[in-house]
Amino acid sequence: MLKKGQLVILGGTLLYPVTLFAEWEVNMEAGVTAVSRSIYALHMQIFWICVAIAVVVFGVMFWSIFRYRKSAGAKAKQFHENTLVELAWTIVPVLILVAMAIPATATLTDMYNTDDSEIDVQITGYQWKWQYQYLGEEVSFFSNLSTPMEQISNQQAKGEHYLLEVDEPLVLPVGKKVRFLLTSNDVIHSWWVPALAVKKDAIPGFINETWVNIEEEGIYRGQCTELCGKNHGFMPVVVQAVSEQEFQGWLQDKREAIAAERAAAERVWTMEELYQRGEQAYLKNCAACHQAGGQGVPSIFPALKGNSIVRFDMKKHIDIVLHGRSGTAMPAFSAQMGAVDIAAVITYERNAWGNDTGEMISPQEIQALLNEPR
Amino acid sequence: MTAAVSAHHAPVRGIRRWLYTTNHKDIGTMYLVFSLAMFFIGGSMALVIRSELFEPGLQMVEPEFFNQMTTMHGLIMVFGAVMPAFVGLANWMIPLMIGAPDMALPRLNNFSFWVLPFAFTMMLSTLLMDGGGPNFGWTFYAPLSTTYAPPSVTYFIFSIHMAGISSILGAINIIVTIMNMRAPGMTYMKMPLFVWTWLITAFLLVAVMPVLAGTVTMMLTDIHFGTSFFSAGGGGDPLLFQHLFWFFGHPEVYIMILPAFGIISQIVPTFSRKPLFGYASMVYATASIALLSFTVWAHHMFLVGLPLAAELFFMYATMLISVPTGVKVFNWVATMFKGSISFETPMLFSIAFIVLFTIGGFSGLMLAIAPADFQYHDTYFVVAHFHYVLVPGAIFSIFAAVYYWLPKWTGHMYSELLGKCHFWCSFIGVNLTFFPMHFVGLAGMPRRVPDYSLQFADFNMISSIGAALFGLSQLIFLVTVVRCVLVGRAAPDSPWEGAQGLEWTVASPAPYHTFSKPPLVE
Repeated sequence: MLKKGQLVILGGTLLYPVTLFAEWEVNMEAGVTAVSRSIYALHMQIFWICVAIAVVVFGVMFWSIFRYRKSAGAKAKQFHENTLVELAWTIVPVLILVAMAIPATATLTDMYNTDDSEIDVQITGYQWKWQYQYLGEEVSFFSNLSTPMEQISNQQAKGEHYLLEVDEPLVLPVGKKVRFLLTSNDVIHSWWVPALAVKKDAIPGFINETWVNIEEEGIYRGQCTELCGKNHGFMPVVVQAVSEQEFQGWLQDKREAIAAERAAAERVWTMEELYQRGEQAYLKNCAACHQAGGQGVPSIFPALKGNSIVRFDMKKHIDIVLHGRSGTAMPAFSAQMGAVDIAAVITYERNAWGNDTGEMISPQEIQALLNEPR
Repeated sequence: MTAAVSAHHAPVRGIRRWLYTTNHKDIGTMYLVFSLAMFFIGGSMALVIRSELFEPGLQMVEPEFFNQMTTMHGLIMVFGAVMPAFVGLANWMIPLMIGAPDMALPRLNNFSFWVLPFAFTMMLSTLLMDGGGPNFGWTFYAPLSTTYAPPSVTYFIFSIHMAGISSILGAINIIVTIMNMRAPGMTYMKMPLFVWTWLITAFLLVAVMPVLAGTVTMMLTDIHFGTSFFSAGGGGDPLLFQHLFWFFGHPEVYIMILPAFGIISQIVPTFSRKPLFGYASMVYATASIALLSFTVWAHHMFLVGLPLAAELFFMYATMLISVPTGVKVFNWVATMFKGSISFETPMLFSIAFIVLFTIGGFSGLMLAIAPADFQYHDTYFVVAHFHYVLVPGAIFSIFAAVYYWLPKWTGHMYSELLGKCHFWCSFIGVNLTFFPMHFVGLAGMPRRVPDYSLQFADFNMISSIGAALFGLSQLIFLVTVVRCVLVGRAAPDSPWEGAQGLEWTVASPAPYHTFSKPPLVE
């Protein structure tokens, strides 16, 4: 028997797509940059050209179907071929295409001009999160999906920004030319924000360039658009555009937070503190593949629960977490997490899910390993 | 004596007939039945996808399995359903249309068919393996399909190899047949358009299937033998994969549509009771599309960071393809103009083909505009586009062809009522499924996602309902065909009033051996 509350939730999940959030959006948005508006203009231009051609061609066709139907006694004329007509319907489309190609070329040339940027941000795709590095500012962080698992599995009502929300958005100032340098740590991803008309592939081993100059403050949402594995649909992009002043303040706060994190790596941590922090870090960085319960996915992602390396071989365990495993989906986490988080995750994995080794490793030991040449 | 001779020429009974046959009609039938089976398997996978996407949230399947379904749906439909269906039609109809007694290389013909069931059994079996089947999309971009692939990828590679061998051999056979076995008097420019479009398609197949074979072989050595063709870490380039894949993949798109153009060019004149408006310009348009198809592959890669000059080249070349494609559409319309049109099921599917394929052509032209593609790329707008050209395009043309030639194959008429019922259900289902995808794509929904944000909910629900309707209407098709074979009323040799061509000069059903003596073409 379902309780009343459960019924309300069940009823709600069935109904609100059609009621509360009904948005019959049928077109591209014009966006908030000069480039996005000129793309929108091109889109509408080619759309109306197609509509006009469709009206003429389908008009003639349906009129013929109606006028020359056999049931109305139509007798077929046996004419065929007419050089003039055939030349016309070849040349006229070419002229239309030339007219279309000219503004398209201009817009594309503009989109490719990444010169004179005021801020450079490196965007790195990971399975399944984005890393943002503000070059020359010593600020760098990861941006993860923040929609709770319960909403995805329909145990909780879905929020307004379901699947389009992150823990830390990319913050950018308005009115500045920002250059993006895109790359990937594993497979190919693609970084897209529709309102900014920025979409570019992030390819492992190569760097792509693009740029944006946002005109209005606000929050702009997008997603990864290149199939990148299991959680491709759960890899949103959120950009928060703020004033220059706010941006500078935010950068300062970020730098302080990073300094505090460094200081944390110096102090002594208890097993319990590490375990608790490790659980959080595990859910954020490891659970997408190895699963929240450590059971992994058979033949794809190994289980950590009861895993012999995790239980008996601390040295190898640390090595895999720090440096990854070549030829597999396991990345080198030394590039993704600080010493505290790495120590915490390893401590957590060695003690969670009945692994119960009772062993811990300190952030200082991890830091020492990170400092020594490999 | 006479009895012994005719016994010698009749097919053997039982399974051996189908295993050992070298008869183009038997092999054509096997291709068509195989393709129909694959169509239902690939279609069921589409229904799994659509039921997961019925509502936001994860309800039916895990994301991992969802990716396997999108991948397998694409692979099965492209390589298992559409391509074999066209080869089946070619087998049945090309010898009948050019007045040849059989295909030029009958044993090779048997082999090219019998490779296929093994290839696809192997491909489907990966779904049951540890780690699941291919989950990297039908375009299998490296490194997702190499370093990050499930272990079953090796079986996938070999099944692609087998399907590729089948296609290459089939194409060689078609080229040799058309070039050498035309009846006396049938010059190239007298060949029916279906034969012309298939001749050009066969050249495309021979040109690009080896590229695909090379590409999957490079994947194989990257995975097992330590090479780094597609890995930057070893000095390779993931984009090399995309260039190779799309050098195959774009002509492949035309492989799936040129024979459809041929079919429509047979059917529209028949039911308009009027010759095709511009036969020669249709042939030239087909050839230009085929040539241009080798120069446009990177329009699938506008976002990978090509240099500006390359973007402009591929944008212009792609836009240019709309010119010969437009010529085709104008020709069909001009053929109907001042005709005497009747609306039997093949004609209904052909008219729907012209309208809906043209809509797919329009969205293709929009996608060709490179700056706009930065917004369209990898969204549901693209999914809408290629389904419009492939489902009401290629697949509707196959339905039209089946209804058109079924009386010749079976000697029975199908039920016009059931045929029209199949048409209208499919027509409504297809548009309900794929038209809303334009809207969600433009509004920002990426493709290949198992879950989506709430603003896309309504249109996705409509798409899923449409998919169920389209899927179920194919059962009507099955019933119509089976009823036609079993209990249809007898068909005359030429059941269509306006039909022209050698295939209608032989008896219905077409005897096991036809044109043992070549007909004379005026």
